[in-house]
Amino acid sequence: MAVDLAIEVAGLEKSFGAVSVLSGVDLTVRRGSVFALLGPNGSGKTTTVRILATLSRADAGVARVAGLDVVHDRHRVRRRISLTGQYAAIDGLQTGEENLRMMAWLCGLRGRQASERAGELLDRFGLADAGRRRVKTYSGGMRRRLDLAASLVGRPSVIFLDEPTTGLDVRSRQAMWEVVTDLAGSGVTVFLTTQYLEEADRLADRVAVLDGGRVIAEGTSAELKARVAGYLLDLTAVDATAFGELVRAAGGRAASTDPAALNLGVTTDGTAPDVRALLGELDPAGERIGHFTIRTATLDDVFITLTGHAAEPGHTRPTEETVHV
Amino acid sequence: MSEPALAERDRPRSPTGDTLTMVRRSVRLSSRNLEAMLTSVMLPAMIMLLFVYLFGGAIETGTAYLTYVLPGVLILCMGFVSAQTAVSVTQDMEEGIIDRFRSMDVSGAAVLGGHVAASAVRNTVATVILLLIAVLIGFRPTAGPVEWLGAIGTLLLFVLAMSWLAAAFGLLARTPEGANGFAFFVMFLPYPSSAFVPIETMPGWLHGFARNQPVTPVIETLRGLLTGTPIGNSAWLAAGWCAGLVLVSTVLAAVLFRRRTA
Ligand SMILES: Nc1ncnc2c1ncn2[C@@H]1O[C@H](COP(=O)(O)OP(=O)(O)OP(=O)(O)O)[C@@H](O)[C@H]1O
Ligand SMILES: [Mg+2]
Repeated sequence: MAVDLAIEVAGLEKSFGAVSVLSGVDLTVRRGSVFALLGPNGSGKTTTVRILATLSRADAGVARVAGLDVVHDRHRVRRRISLTGQYAAIDGLQTGEENLRMMAWLCGLRGRQASERAGELLDRFGLADAGRRRVKTYSGGMRRRLDLAASLVGRPSVIFLDEPTTGLDVRSRQAMWEVVTDLAGSGVTVFLTTQYLEEADRLADRVAVLDGGRVIAEGTSAELKARVAGYLLDLTAVDATAFGELVRAAGGRAASTDPAALNLGVTTDGTAPDVRALLGELDPAGERIGHFTIRTATLDDVFITLTGHAAEPGHTRPTEETVHV
Repeated sequence: MSEPALAERDRPRSPTGDTLTMVRRSVRLSSRNLEAMLTSVMLPAMIMLLFVYLFGGAIETGTAYLTYVLPGVLILCMGFVSAQTAVSVTQDMEEGIIDRFRSMDVSGAAVLGGHVAASAVRNTVATVILLLIAVLIGFRPTAGPVEWLGAIGTLLLFVLAMSWLAAAFGLLARTPEGANGFAFFVMFLPYPSSAFVPIETMPGWLHGFARNQPVTPVIETLRGLLTGTPIGNSAWLAAGWCAGLVLVSTVLAAVLFRRRTA
């Protein structure tokens, strides 16, 4: 195998009963990089992470993490990875410090070393003051931070983060992003899943989009954004006639249309010249558009553009060919 | 803030160390769940007082009723305290912490063993409190040191059997509420046995079950050791039942754990 790959996945398949969740996932992640797996609810992100973290077995395909097979060498894989699941996995009845010290013991640290490591991580995650309180009393954001701290105790070389920022407020999300950026800077490989395009954009060196059990697009976030506009210009027409004219004028650039709301989404790169040009082109006389907003493209927009269908939770169906960008 | 990774070096692992860590964890979690602990001691204590002061006068057992009923109350208490193991196990399985432990290469045996050990600690505390109350209201055991050792051994074996059975049940249940159902089952088991009334006073169709269910020999052994009644072959039966239950439950737990985490 190539020496610089931290994760290699080929032909991964997994079904639960009659429901096929993964139907041939291929991925490679370079050592020391941040990789984001993007997908809507039920697309199989957690399933993929669980297979890579040796917690679940694939029906077909091979996966190597840190150069080791996740089935045959699972015990050795486990000594090099850490998993922060989608839901915080810490004991509410223990204090933050006790939780971390327990993880330290499980990582082979003893006595002073264990306490020091726990203290170090509490400081680093801004939990020093809360360290002696039971986790039950923590806020959701504090819990997620402690959960991530717990996964770093053993200094893993590959870190799996399953939706690390879902349910966090803006400030906690940014704190989490900083941590991930720091980790990446220290040579650790980070594999994270997310539902937010923005998050993948901010953090990841490479992004893969998972849908219908396959990776339907893969590349750097810049490459991906070139395919899927980073921003949408949402136009609201003054009336139904104007709406029809706008849709005709936009042609292939229309990413979404909502006739009932007289609403039309047009892809843009978000720059002032581009927006000005678009407005001028679609509405030369200045009488069709009532008002407009500019917003960052959501995962739904990415999906509509990449697959031609909206991202629905839990749907599984064979998909079009993988788009390599 | 740099985070030097242990690039390709394996983290050291120690199965014994893991088990000890899990024991500490479970004991700590138990000690902080005061409500559960209070219920486990209060409930059997109330049942003891209820039987001794309310029903005791009407039940003819040939000895002071407190002397007769105490082993049964002890067993009821231990069953109830052990049954909480099921709830702890279900919580671990459902709340995702088991995934973290497994991804750290901590074995299922260490996690479950921790809960069983914590159950033994809880049982010790509950038994001591119950015995103190019993002595306060007039219980006078005739046991010497050897008999006490035997009684402690019998109780411990019973606790292990019930706790492992509860752990297996906890792996079957999907919610902590469901796991709690095991406590009810265990609470009823002493009634159709020689715990509260002599079997001869029960309707004939119950005799077969009452004589041959595991709780009866355990209670007869305890009663003999603590208060000098004849033990007969009860000790062997009790040891056999408990050892058998431990064996079956641990195998069952291993299979269920594998199935749950496949
Ligand atoms: N143990 C299981 N048994 C049956 N079905 C399962 C199991 N685990 C996952 N699934 C199904 O597999 C599909 C993918 O689930 P998965 O949790 O991997 O999605 P996800 O991308 O992580 O979604 P989310 O964004 O909601 O976390 C879902 O339809 C889910 O219902
Ligand atoms: Mg998920």
